[in-house]
Amino acid sequence: MNSILVTETPATLPGAAGNGPADGNTPQLPLALSGGGRLLSTGSEWTFELLGRYDEAIHAIAANEFGLDTYPNQIEVIASEQMLDAYASVGLPISYPHWSYGKEFIRNEHLYRKGARGLAYEIVINSNPCISYLMEENSMPMQALVIAHACYGHNSFFKGNYLFRQWTNADAIVDYMVFARRYVLDCEEHHGHAAVEEVLDSCHALMSHGVDRYRHPTPLSVEEERDRQRDREEHAWQRYDEIWKTVPRKRPAERRRGESPFPEEPQENLLYFIEKHAPKLEPWQRELVRITRKLAQYFYPQGQTKVMNEGWATFWHYTLLNRLYDHRLVDSGFMLEVLQSHTNVITQRGYDQRGYGGLNPYALGFAMMSDIRRICEQPTEEDRHWFPDIAGGDWRKVLDFAMRNYKDESFIGQFLSPRLMREFHLFAVADQASDSQLRIDSIHNEDGYRRLRRLLAAQYNRDNQVPDIQVLRYERRGDRSLTLRHRQHRGRPLHGETGEVMKHLSRLWGFAVRLETVDAQDRPVGETLSLGA
Amino acid sequence: MSIVIDRRLNDRNKSAGNRARFLRRYKEQMKKAVTDMVGERSITDMDRGGSVNIPVRDIAEPSFRHGAGGDQESVHAGNHSFQPGDRLPRPSGDGQGGGGGSSGGEGGDSEDSFTFALTREEFLSLFFDDLELPHLVRNFLGEARDHKWQRAGYTASGVPANLSVLRSLRTALGRRIALGSAIRRELDLLEQRIAAEGLDPALEAERVRLRQRLKQIPFLDELDLRYRHRVRVPQPISRAVMFCLMDVSASMNEEKKDLAKRFFTLLYLFLSRKYEKVELVFIRHTDDAQEVDEETFFHDPKSGGTVVLSALKLMQEIIAARYPGGQWNIYGAQVSDGDAFGADPEKSRALLVEQLLPQLRYYAYIETPDDPQRVSPLMHAYSRIEAGHFATCSVTERSQVYPVLRELFRREAAA
Repeated sequence: MNSILVTETPATLPGAAGNGPADGNTPQLPLALSGGGRLLSTGSEWTFELLGRYDEAIHAIAANEFGLDTYPNQIEVIASEQMLDAYASVGLPISYPHWSYGKEFIRNEHLYRKGARGLAYEIVINSNPCISYLMEENSMPMQALVIAHACYGHNSFFKGNYLFRQWTNADAIVDYMVFARRYVLDCEEHHGHAAVEEVLDSCHALMSHGVDRYRHPTPLSVEEERDRQRDREEHAWQRYDEIWKTVPRKRPAERRRGESPFPEEPQENLLYFIEKHAPKLEPWQRELVRITRKLAQYFYPQGQTKVMNEGWATFWHYTLLNRLYDHRLVDSGFMLEVLQSHTNVITQRGYDQRGYGGLNPYALGFAMMSDIRRICEQPTEEDRHWFPDIAGGDWRKVLDFAMRNYKDESFIGQFLSPRLMREFHLFAVADQASDSQLRIDSIHNEDGYRRLRRLLAAQYNRDNQVPDIQVLRYERRGDRSLTLRHRQHRGRPLHGETGEVMKHLSRLWGFAVRLETVDAQDRPVGETLSLGA
Repeated sequence: MSIVIDRRLNDRNKSAGNRARFLRRYKEQMKKAVTDMVGERSITDMDRGGSVNIPVRDIAEPSFRHGAGGDQESVHAGNHSFQPGDRLPRPSGDGQGGGGGSSGGEGGDSEDSFTFALTREEFLSLFFDDLELPHLVRNFLGEARDHKWQRAGYTASGVPANLSVLRSLRTALGRRIALGSAIRRELDLLEQRIAAEGLDPALEAERVRLRQRLKQIPFLDELDLRYRHRVRVPQPISRAVMFCLMDVSASMNEEKKDLAKRFFTLLYLFLSRKYEKVELVFIRHTDDAQEVDEETFFHDPKSGGTVVLSALKLMQEIIAARYPGGQWNIYGAQVSDGDAFGADPEKSRALLVEQLLPQLRYYAYIETPDDPQRVSPLMHAYSRIEAGHFATCSVTERSQVYPVLRELFRREAAA
């Protein structure tokens, strides 16, 4: 087992001698703790009263000593079956019914029953109040770890990070899902399971391309949402006029003249385009498209801040619980159990070891957060050269700034230090179509640091993961066909299942759909995939 | 401040709806998988149900994503010997989950199939899907011939053994109160007059008369007797017996016996699912018939001629001796290669039609001919039997066993 982080971490233990004074300000004991030296509990049993006391103690440290800004917490204790349920609805407390969630549930249940996979200790939902699920099987130290991790770590990240602030509305999500669930159930009743399932399937297939990256969504409560949906339907109904059908049509030649292509600019949000322009959708189908689009948008920030989010939460549970220990509120047995779980979480295996699944976001994130603190507190020559702005600075301000204003890609591009690259023994492999073999592009040495960091940052760039497919043309006056354009990124082709996705698209669109592929210079590549309706 | 909530008592089955949707969507695939398994598995495995593998591609949710190819770099951890510019062979396969890792595709589905654990009940339910036992509903609800005594209150007439003492005495008490109350009221008035006016002979005589009348009310009368009442209620029969008849003459080779075994097993499984208790009777025959145990039935070689009638006669005897009077659901399954000589087929047919079929729920004849084109003498005779609960079929391959069974029951259900 690769235990770089484990062996390294004691040096950065917040409670270790010399660290406290180095901060420049003596930690003040929070009021609730001023009794000092009295253990909160011993043993591994937890009770609701103890949960409350631990939460209070952790909150006091998080808020008063470290100034973490959080939503109010709602801590819910659940059983393991309920945890499986929560998994299935992608971590939302409520969701609309769909078979794919059933599939997810069955898969998890199967793995769990087989013992192939343990359950997560917690699930935390980006909402206000911030809902965290704790499993009843956890021991007291584990519950404390989870409270520190989820209720203060993730919670403050949700509240502070710019992507979450910009793209999700913590106040409205639970309300919205209540609306969505009710709406989907209503539709099933009115139009039948199969019809609803078809639309949802198709929408799910396009979900990765149902995300706005440049506009701000407005928050809506459940009532407003329902009103707006009714208004939209009514508006469409009022504008419908049979008489327009009788107006004589212009000749095609006349029509073509002076007609600008539509849309004027390519549109990247396929689901939004379908919702607004698909010629054949019924109002309720449009609404379903809208629901999945909203859901995709809600999850959009999470995929881009995995390393930061987990790193931040792991860093804080580690720091907060060590402070508890410093204040003599917990004993060393407690800390041993916490550290054991903590170590498991931040294990990074090497590429040639069993169970290697790429870079562990917990390990990388935690290491980077801890490293930033180290750079601030004990900078080396190398750090001063690489990070002149932050070396020797106030680590809390630097971390807070990083948490608020970065996502994984920019965070790694900015803060990954050569020291960490060495500790992780990072290396980059180049896979080029023109080469029959793989080539080691760069490793953790003087020549490789910058390129390695750039490549790793790019790996977390969503644009590298999700193909660039946009709506190019909608023949509004012609055959009503829809043309998408895929711009290839460094010659990477689409997956073989693209044809399936096009079928889904064609189902939603109702008329012919085409997908053309161009290279970076807009030259057509390969054949255009087309599906007539 | 934080709120701590105990949700453990909440509904634990929030995913039931989604699971049901999944099952409904993939019912066809699961049925097909089960049918495939029936073809492949050995018989002893059949009853344990188990897991269905659905190929991942069947249930995959497609999306626009990158495939293999093009140029890309990926960063990995744990380098200990590579230098820049080193070259290494591409890992085989899709590049997924490989040690060197070329595609950097993280979190991709590496499993080939999605395993879905069906309980034994679910497995069999799919296995026997839309197979219905003939006459079953009728048997359970209408035409039941087994009865049970059940209490149905009390009657005023009956045999002394059924006398209910408690009820009788209670009725008697009621009667005594009812008949005596008027007399007692009169007596009370009289006592008051005696207390007021003093005792004179007329009053004295009246008091004696009234007391006499009270005494004359009988303690227990014929009218008071109550008897426990019982009625016979129809009881569905939940027992079945299955007769397995097989020709074990030399022309029945191992392959044919294997077919027979599969057929019997399937029928047995089906019956054991429908009835609480299913008994098996194995009758093998050459030129004479014997009742044997299962092991001997399938594996003990015996040589001789072929007389089908002997087996049917033995079956009739066993029914009369051990499964009489319509208290059992009797099923018959016969396997033969169809060879029969002389008058045997016709006699067998006659016995079957006249004696056996009226007593049976169902009788199936499976033929395992050497030449599927030829109509055997036995089949020729049997095919003239016209009865809703009689069916014949010809089977030459293992994979035909299951569809045949299905066909048999379907035809029967339609009849």
